[in-house]
Amino acid sequence: MIRIAIFGFGAVGRGVAEVLIEKRDLLNGLIGDYRVVAVTDSKGGIIDENGVDLRRAIEIKKGNGRLPEGVTTLDVIESVDFDVCVEATVTNIETGEPGLTHIRECLRRGIDVVTSNKGPLVVAYKELVRLAEKNDAKLMFEATVGGAMPIIKLVRNDLAGNEIYSIKGILNGTCNYILSRMEKERLTYEQILAEAKELGIAEADPTYDVEGIDAAAKLVILANSLMGMDVKFDDVERVGITNITPNAFEIAMEKGYTIRLIAEVDRVEEILRVSPRLIPIQHPLAIGGTLNAALIKTDTAGDIVVVGRGAGSKETASAIISDLVELFRCRGL
Amino acid sequence: MLMTIVVELKDQPGQLLKALEPISKLGGNIVSVYHQRDKITPLNRIPVEITIKIDEKKAKNLIEAIKKSGVIVRSYNEVRLTATTSLLLIGHIIHTDLGDTINRIDSTGFAEVVEMHISMPRLNEPSTAMVTISATNEDMLKKAINILRKTCMEKDITVIEPLELQ
Repeated sequence: MIRIAIFGFGAVGRGVAEVLIEKRDLLNGLIGDYRVVAVTDSKGGIIDENGVDLRRAIEIKKGNGRLPEGVTTLDVIESVDFDVCVEATVTNIETGEPGLTHIRECLRRGIDVVTSNKGPLVVAYKELVRLAEKNDAKLMFEATVGGAMPIIKLVRNDLAGNEIYSIKGILNGTCNYILSRMEKERLTYEQILAEAKELGIAEADPTYDVEGIDAAAKLVILANSLMGMDVKFDDVERVGITNITPNAFEIAMEKGYTIRLIAEVDRVEEILRVSPRLIPIQHPLAIGGTLNAALIKTDTAGDIVVVGRGAGSKETASAIISDLVELFRCRGL
Repeated sequence: MLMTIVVELKDQPGQLLKALEPISKLGGNIVSVYHQRDKITPLNRIPVEITIKIDEKKAKNLIEAIKKSGVIVRSYNEVRLTATTSLLLIGHIIHTDLGDTINRIDSTGFAEVVEMHISMPRLNEPSTAMVTISATNEDMLKKAINILRKTCMEKDITVIEPLELQ
């Protein structure tokens, strides 16, 4: 019996809960029996060692905007027995908190962690990896980069034995939506941003996305986890998309280019940056909508391109579930 | 155009000046002068490779002028710019001294702005330019791009580089 604790019960945490309910039969076949013994959010939580009623938890959260008071995540870590934590709290790339403390405390106790939270990995990747090794725990984070688009496990497992020269990726769906709409409609950045906000694709304060902060955080995770680098957020050279004009698309198109925000890490050329780039219109990275994509250059396998949905609660849940399956399938439980 | 001239000079003071004077007289720009001391000729002359920028029409006259001054011209040829790429600039391109921006590339001697397409949608609004740069090889092209990036950072111009150089 795998005992799961879910920390963070926003769109991602609930998405995971829904998949755990809906796909129980399939998952049972892959990893055996499981139950969620605790669910927490920033205000409270529910503990039930016999299995939290996830449907009820989702209803409560939807109805009240919060889980019942009286339980904190740290209480759960200290007092509840569980095998794996799904850390899906809000990202803070400056402090990594509260996720960083949650992950540290779990790993220290030998509890495996599956996270969608970029903050802790951006702030303390090396430390967390060492902590996990020392305590014979695993830290999985497919959901931090590219949503449902496979990249971490793709490189680590399926491209194992390859040297990764570079990764160029579209790692922020909001920017890609804005740029591909500007390309099509030739409207201003402000007009398309307003549209994106209305559709819920951009946040009320879009800074985190449009200034390339989110993409830079993901790039740091890729550089550190897949390319053996040791870089920090501030090492990323970063230019956002706010200065791009409809006119720029027109001029670019005359030469057969479009514009996309590209996160690039290149070990040979020593490049670590997020910036708008000219992309030939027939290039695989010239994708539209909120999609994410990555072009991975390797020594043996040559070039690999992946494309997928980069955000959304179900999509992120997909990545978390795949980490869970990998964790428990490989142990033969 | 960019050209290299290899002259053979006696190892005496004032020899180099003889070769260089005609260049400046004809309005050429000296990019580099390289003494190939390891390749001294049997007659004890030093080959010197001079790279210059000069109006294409004046190139022939220049070679004649150097020869007339008594300097042996061993060879001369145009430097071919083999690596090319286009970049997009967005911002106040004209009002931040476009001439200077281009000149910082052209004055390198290894790269040139070979094409430029500027679009100015409205007064006081940022304009867009597609700039095509050619350089002697890919490494030099990267150098030229870096110079352009630095220049544009100073001038608050957004540079959109191509995804790949080829």
